[in-house]
Amino acid sequence: MKLTLKIWRQKNKSDKGGFETYQLNNVDTHASFLEMMDVLNEQLIEENKIPVAFDHDCREGICGACSMVINGRPHGPLKGTTTCQLHMRHFNDGETVTIEPFRANAFPVLKDLVVDRTSFERIQQAGGYISIGTGSAPEANNIPVNKVDADKAFDAAQCIGCGACVAACKNGSAMLFVGAKVSQYALLPQGHPERMERVLNMVAQMDEEGFGGCTNTGACEAECPKEISVANIMRLNREYISAKLSVERE
Amino acid sequence: MALDSKIPSGPLDKKWSQYKSSVKLVNPANKKKIDIIVIGTGLAGASAAASLGELGYKVKVFCFQDSARRAHSIAAQGGINAAKNYRNDGDSVYRLFYDTIKGGDYRSREGNVHRLAEVSVNIIDQCVAQGVPFAREYSGLLDNRSFGGVQVSRTFYARGQTGQQLLLGAYSALNRQVKEKAVELFTRHEMVEVVIENGKARGVIVRDLVTGEIQRHAAHAVVLATGGYGNVFFLSTNAMGCNTTAIWKAHKKGAFFGNPCFTQIHPTCIPVHGEYQSKLTLMSESLRNDGRVWVSKSKGDKRKPQDIPEEERDYYLERKYPSFGNLVPRDIASRAAKEACDDGRGVGESGMAVYLDFADAIKKYGKDTISSRYGNLFEMYDKITGEDPYKTPMMIYPAVHYTMGGLWVDYNLMTNVPGMYATGECNFSDHGANRLGASALMQGLADGYFVLPYTIGDYLSGEILTGKIKTDSAAFDEAEKNVRAQIDKLMSVKGTKSVDFYHRKLGKVMWDKCGMARNAKGLTEAIEEIKKIRTEFWSDVKIPGTANELNPELEKAIRVADFIELGELMCRDALHREESCGGHFRSEFQTPDGEALRNDDQFAYVGAWEYKGENQPQELHKEELVFESVHLTQRSYK
Repeated sequence: MKLTLKIWRQKNKSDKGGFETYQLNNVDTHASFLEMMDVLNEQLIEENKIPVAFDHDCREGICGACSMVINGRPHGPLKGTTTCQLHMRHFNDGETVTIEPFRANAFPVLKDLVVDRTSFERIQQAGGYISIGTGSAPEANNIPVNKVDADKAFDAAQCIGCGACVAACKNGSAMLFVGAKVSQYALLPQGHPERMERVLNMVAQMDEEGFGGCTNTGACEAECPKEISVANIMRLNREYISAKLSVERE
Repeated sequence: MALDSKIPSGPLDKKWSQYKSSVKLVNPANKKKIDIIVIGTGLAGASAAASLGELGYKVKVFCFQDSARRAHSIAAQGGINAAKNYRNDGDSVYRLFYDTIKGGDYRSREGNVHRLAEVSVNIIDQCVAQGVPFAREYSGLLDNRSFGGVQVSRTFYARGQTGQQLLLGAYSALNRQVKEKAVELFTRHEMVEVVIENGKARGVIVRDLVTGEIQRHAAHAVVLATGGYGNVFFLSTNAMGCNTTAIWKAHKKGAFFGNPCFTQIHPTCIPVHGEYQSKLTLMSESLRNDGRVWVSKSKGDKRKPQDIPEEERDYYLERKYPSFGNLVPRDIASRAAKEACDDGRGVGESGMAVYLDFADAIKKYGKDTISSRYGNLFEMYDKITGEDPYKTPMMIYPAVHYTMGGLWVDYNLMTNVPGMYATGECNFSDHGANRLGASALMQGLADGYFVLPYTIGDYLSGEILTGKIKTDSAAFDEAEKNVRAQIDKLMSVKGTKSVDFYHRKLGKVMWDKCGMARNAKGLTEAIEEIKKIRTEFWSDVKIPGTANELNPELEKAIRVADFIELGELMCRDALHREESCGGHFRSEFQTPDGEALRNDDQFAYVGAWEYKGENQPQELHKEELVFESVHLTQRSYK
């Protein structure tokens, strides 16, 4: 099939950037979206042009590297699907496809479709862990975990850290990302000793990075490739308020 | 040169505990004066960096991805083995050890493998304490499932995303150390050279992938944890960025490369679709717990699977291997699929696929149970192929998945270059000629959490008086000069073909002639063809842009240059090993019924190759494998 691609090109962080239009004449419907991008890049190299830079790695929907907004939607039109798992059979012959980077205050563009998501790293470093040193763990089955809680914790832990939630949010909020991590540990007994410091530190870091607040529009859940539930944001709010009140009481 | 594996003496089950009690230590005050560099943030790298940071060493860790969490361990699906014997089904440390040695077709070291089995139980404890959400039963206790090549249920799992959850656990431990300032993390930095000074590893040269800046980093020890080199085949289940550059540069600076030809071809992957294909997707081996593998009994059968009646189907694994059935080890399942397809009984448009059918399992357990076990895998399959495996059998075909070969290391996980370590998939050590399912995660974490933190002290205790290593030495000057020269050379070729063009070409030669079945003629041809590809690459590759910016084409070119050289060595190794064992199947050496025919008299050794200079063939060194506990037999899964 034939496609017209409108792609955001930006030389580097300080460049203003803008859209360029490209034609692809022979796209296989079985190809993945990123394979279509590979074909485009081969064509650009052939024409002595600079290929489009984009982040990608595992190409099986789990590493969270790919970060494109396709026709206005992070990771494109398919529910619960990363860009790398999106296939061209979901597009129409002759269609114009617009491709942009994930955009947010806290995700500056480095080049073309590549953004800097180290703000996510710093949030995780602020408290996204259980303070257990190597070798000091008790026997695994000494910590029974209710199966329902374990499953809910798993659902939250599936977050791949791609940032689609932020790109989808009109406020550029990272509440779903932070909520997922806070929930995973809040649901598990192992996470309880540090639950208050954790939520307070992670939220403080989130604010410092320039992410916006949550106004409950739910776009994050709708666009999340792992379909992480906004219930995790509710849990984050509850954890935060209860931690805040407890700390103030002391 | 005699290779000393440094396996401790004493009875097998006491080696590691005795070693731990007598190994030299570095006291806490001295650890602060010791710098360690870790390359890679997958299971092996992240766990090592975090654990070494906790111990008090000053650690720098590097990854080429934009986040440490994106290393390719994240994509491992099925599970992680541990000899917990929670199922009361007869498992033990010895049995895990024995299964691993046998599964590896008797080409791994007893001492290393027993240690791996011993620490496997600690890994599960550690990960649970970190908050890894393993699958649980209604009792609240941990669930297990079985995997290929074994007859017990010892695999712990987190749905089909075990690698993700374990890596996020290691990543969280790493983040904690980053916050404590015990570990300094460099993302989007790729190691492009190792620095050797007076025979010792003293640091690395890295390239900042955003700015192109070439940086020097010094340390008392360098730990490579950079994963496997399956992308030498271009198409593999590895992530696009997986590469051999770090270990290849180490090899060119003196580290021996062990058993490079030992490659694992995974039996259950989604078949190749077209010319544009960029990678292959694995469907977890755990699917073989409930899925049944079959093809039609007749050649060229183009009927739909539903239209082929039961009696006309050949469930060939169940037929040939009644005691293990669909759960035979990977090498055997892969070769059997190839045989069926070569016999003209393959399915799908290309005829290069076999069915993996869940109809019976769904009938027996119900759709919900199957969905709770494999839901995300079925969804992934549906997304990629557009077919629903609840309704129609999956189509699968083998694909390159894992490399058992890697840098030669001793019991301490140190290469033959003092101060340079290799952990996880990038070393050759524990899996022999074939790795069992759910053992890669086990090895990565064993090395990083529980082995290296002990063994590295043995060497570093001799470094406490060294003082800070300087980056302005002649060795660093030389290393940086080499890096700049290589990049300049690549950028100045200005040829006509893209990097991928050469990578695909190399991959095709490797798959055709050094893949699932190999023979002397093909391998000899491959070596010549690869030499030609190398010449063409260096005279006609085209890299747009500049070296001083984010330039993915340049990144790929640096990696592919190394893959080309490695490919040649793999073929040489495969050619010299005149036997079949595990994943290395030489068609000249097989039993009358088509199984791998080992030659223990001549080849029960680790082939460790020494680099001898540009355009010189590597020199082979042999580490004889000594079996004290296990009796070598023809592997049988019948």
